[in-house]
Amino acid sequence: MSWAIRCRNLRKTYAGKPPVEAVRGIDLEIAEGECFGVLGPNGAGKTTTIEMFEGLIEPTGGEIEVFGVRWRDDPQSIRRRIGISLQETKFSDKLTVLETVRLFRSFYPSGPTPEAAIARVGLEEKSRTWIKNLSGGQRQRLAVAVALVGEPQLLFLDEPTTGLDPHSRRQVWEVVASGKRQGRTTVLTTHYMEEAEQLCDRIALVDRGRVIALGTPPQLIAQLGGRHVVEFALNPAEAMDDPSEPWRDLSGVIARRRERDAIHLTVAEPHVVLPLLLDQLARRGWTLARLVTRPAKLDDVFVAITGRTLTENGSANGAERAAENG
Amino acid sequence: MMAARRFSPLVELTLARCREFIREPDAIFWVYVFPLFLVLALGIAFRDSPVEKFRAAVLNDPSAEATLAALEADSRFAVEASDEPTARSRLRMGRIDLIVAARPGERPTYVFLFDPTRAQGVLARDAADDLLQRAAGRRDAAERIDQAFDEPGGRYIDFLIPGLIGMGLMGGGMWGVGFASVDMRIRKLLKRYRATPMRRSDFLASLILSRLLFTLPEVSLLVLFSSWLFGVGCAGSYAALAGLVVLGALQFAGLGLLVAMRAQTIETVMGLMNAVMMPMWIGSGIFFSIERFPEAVQPFLHALPLTPLLIALRQVMLEGAGWAAVAPQVALIVGWTVLSFAVALRWFRWT
Ligand SMILES: Nc1ncnc2c1ncn2[C@@H]1O[C@H](COP(=O)(O)OP(=O)(O)OP(=O)(O)O)[C@@H](O)[C@H]1O
Ligand SMILES: [Mg+2]
Repeated sequence: MSWAIRCRNLRKTYAGKPPVEAVRGIDLEIAEGECFGVLGPNGAGKTTTIEMFEGLIEPTGGEIEVFGVRWRDDPQSIRRRIGISLQETKFSDKLTVLETVRLFRSFYPSGPTPEAAIARVGLEEKSRTWIKNLSGGQRQRLAVAVALVGEPQLLFLDEPTTGLDPHSRRQVWEVVASGKRQGRTTVLTTHYMEEAEQLCDRIALVDRGRVIALGTPPQLIAQLGGRHVVEFALNPAEAMDDPSEPWRDLSGVIARRRERDAIHLTVAEPHVVLPLLLDQLARRGWTLARLVTRPAKLDDVFVAITGRTLTENGSANGAERAAENG
Repeated sequence: MMAARRFSPLVELTLARCREFIREPDAIFWVYVFPLFLVLALGIAFRDSPVEKFRAAVLNDPSAEATLAALEADSRFAVEASDEPTARSRLRMGRIDLIVAARPGERPTYVFLFDPTRAQGVLARDAADDLLQRAAGRRDAAERIDQAFDEPGGRYIDFLIPGLIGMGLMGGGMWGVGFASVDMRIRKLLKRYRATPMRRSDFLASLILSRLLFTLPEVSLLVLFSSWLFGVGCAGSYAALAGLVVLGALQFAGLGLLVAMRAQTIETVMGLMNAVMMPMWIGSGIFFSIERFPEAVQPFLHALPLTPLLIALRQVMLEGAGWAAVAPQVALIVGWTVLSFAVALRWFRWT
């Protein structure tokens, strides 16, 4: 197996008062041709990690090899083989889309024509528009087009789809998917679970500067021990906080968690757990206000490990408590 | 999928800079139009106006008629007849320069009342005395021929134009390069460039090249305008002038890069720019010769980057000097240029 990226004990501490340990020892091996996702909440250290891979941030400690080359040994050879889209870049307001892409194209020895790169992200109609007059989503697609101009073997996309509408998002997904068909390695960060699950061969869940779980989406979900989640709410509502927690010891319940307005049970087989649960509720005279069963998602994995939710809308109030069922 | 044509990074980077510049109407105004206004305003303000008229009051007395006539015969005088209190009060207010009172007697006698600390008063006294002595019958022992010196090259405007060219080169280079690089740093565009195989030298060369492309029309316009309006010319060769302009543009591009090499905010770079340019605005001789400064600070003033450029420009434009005559200045300019680029490149911050 040849590796696009390998890093060992990668660390980054930003100087300051107090210093910020943004990345605290990450080991990763990303294979050539793989689509690798880095998933984590705000401030987890995703951008810091990926920018160390890109040679833009000097690590405080650890080793990085990109295609077997260390940054300090031959940066130009690495730069020729990578394409990047930063989390935020402001290209020059008064240049057109085409002029911007052509400018970046000129830095690389080979690659698609500027027009072709623009077409890949569906911005043809805006070719002659000043960047000042592009929408946020169009600017982001431009950043992806600029990342593609050197026909990179390794593509870095830092939150490429944040803020995009569903159609534009699918266009970016298609860029990643078609690159994959041509054997390109992609490393992307995202906050969207479904994006990671759909696009990525493997995912690293990152929290507070560390990788807390690593694997294919099915492997990660399998870590939960169960592939399904049963979500329910009760009448009366106080019953959900009853200390007896009659669902705790039901056989087949792997983990339980109290959310703001519901209880989540991670289970292996809903058809086994459900009758037992209903039976317990009936005995106490509680009734169901709501009940849903769904396949487990990556959020559930993150919550199971950290006790906090991953999604952008579910920061502190998402999960107050989470517990493992021994 | 391969590109049909190859794109040159240097050409594309330079084109990008030029496009950004010409699509910014404000910048065009400040770089090209504003200096012309400055030339116009300063040229008119310091136009060589003839010496101010002498205003004199002749006190009412029997012989006033003759005195008035003698003075009025000279066009430099504006004379009025007046009583003493009024005249004194007008002298005190600075409305007149001189009071003349004729004293009757055997020998004609004139009393001049004036402020000996004001040059205009002293000049008026001397001129009036001269006229009245002649009227009284004095004959000059020697003949006098007055010639006005107003050849092009000797006027204030001729001194000023090279100063303004130098000031434009300084401002244009410092702002054009320094401001632009900090702006690109803030927008993370430099960081984005850093992640590509773009060669640093191409980036740098594009900054310099675009600077030269903006500068040549700027200076040409200034030279043409001042020649058309005030007849300011270039005594030396235009090739030498152009050479100095290019050197100056490079020097200040380097200095702009130096000032901007680490700055992370617009405020920082503005402060630094002003701190660097202020001594040169004052002490490099844009508006007046630096010989007016005390001896002790002369070596410092001569070492400022703008000073040798102004000296060389004036030598070429006013005295028709060639390259050899300005070699020491050129050496200093080249020294500053090499030093600033070397330091700026070593410490330049891309993120
Ligand atoms: N230049 C910097 N100086 C100091 N601290 C920084 C710097 N950049 C990032 N940090 C801190 O490092 C931590 C990790 O930041 P990073 O940008 O890598 O997070 P992220 O996972 O990309 O977050 P997001 O999802 O919000 O983009 C944060 O706590 C952040 O405040
Ligand atoms: Mg980030």
